[in-house]
Amino acid sequence: MSAALALLRRDLGRLLPGAQGGGTLLPLLFFLAVAMLYPFAIGPNPTLLAGTGGGVIWVAALLAAILPLDRLFAPDLEAGMFDQWALRGLSEELVVAVRLIAHWLSFGPFVMLAALPASALVGIDGETLRVVELGLLAGTPGLAAIGIIIAAVTVSLRGGGAALAGLLVIPLAVPLLIFGAGALSTGGEGGLALTAAISLVLVAMAPFAGGAAIRASREG
Amino acid sequence: MEECRISATNLACRRGDRLLFAGLSLALGPGEALQLVGANGIGKSSLMRILAGLARPYSGEVGRQGSLALLDERPALDEHQPLGRALDFWRSIDGGEAAGLERLGLEALLDVPVRYLSTGQRKRAALARLLGQRAPIWLLDEPLNGLDTHAIALVETLVAEHLAEGGIAIIASHQTFALPTLTRLALSEHVA
Repeated sequence: MSAALALLRRDLGRLLPGAQGGGTLLPLLFFLAVAMLYPFAIGPNPTLLAGTGGGVIWVAALLAAILPLDRLFAPDLEAGMFDQWALRGLSEELVVAVRLIAHWLSFGPFVMLAALPASALVGIDGETLRVVELGLLAGTPGLAAIGIIIAAVTVSLRGGGAALAGLLVIPLAVPLLIFGAGALSTGGEGGLALTAAISLVLVAMAPFAGGAAIRASREG
Repeated sequence: MEECRISATNLACRRGDRLLFAGLSLALGPGEALQLVGANGIGKSSLMRILAGLARPYSGEVGRQGSLALLDERPALDEHQPLGRALDFWRSIDGGEAAGLERLGLEALLDVPVRYLSTGQRKRAALARLLGQRAPIWLLDEPLNGLDTHAIALVETLVAEHLAEGGIAIIASHQTFALPTLTRLALSEHVA
């Protein structure tokens, strides 16, 4: 248990926005930049902006979740950290589960916070904002879990791994987007519940899928 | 020190299509040390990873009792962290006190980020991590690379002390390692 806490402390120190120089802030700035540019691209049409703004926040959140993927596992595998953990009997599953928590903490809550200024930029009303925030709360753990799985699977690919990881995340995130952003148009709680259910399945799967992928790349 | 032994029977290792070595057996008990010798690429590091349980042998079995520590070319310390903090991370997992910082000449370097350390300093930092783990079985992959003569003598003393306490050491190195009780295993005799 104390080992898991030590791992979490280290992971947060590496992933939280502001840690390790400016690189960890990029996903958040990227998220806000998309929300800021969108009204310029669409033009000053309040109805159109208010109708589509919630969806844009969702797409921006997905892109923000993709940006840190190449930092999740590759540096630790290269530095031999995973070998040392394995020798100490810390399973890959535990390390991946802890990293999933740290990865979500490093973008989920911050994206939800940044959605407040973003909602003002795209001009959506309070009720829509509520559905967006609830949807992000239900959906971002799932986005984090997809990111963790893909980052672990592509970790041994040198060079092109990061770009490929981004591409692979997108189709897997489609169900989350359909139900999460779909809840905006139907206004129903059903979409949110389904988003949370998909997230739950992904979060439960991620440590085992990710752990197996890391182990395979170590033994190969 | 806890009871320890390590043995391997009839190991074979394959890399891609190439069989690196086959029919390799060894057995070590408390206080024994073994040096693996052989040319570059003959499979010393692969054998180390198999003995550590980090890679699977193509055939054969590894038996082991007691925990195991590995030192290889990667120090496994966070590059951007000061050395003290990077070592603290491993201490928080291994438990216990910092070991050997003074003997390894690292005390003055604790505030220096790991990425600024020289090759020899990195190796000494990795040795501090190894000492802190307090494992009875040491696997040292090229432990003398990048070290000056003073540090080489220190590593030889550390290994001798470890053996005297009832530990096991397996050293893969192409350099001579001064240790009276060291037996040698030439991998070239097991090339398939």
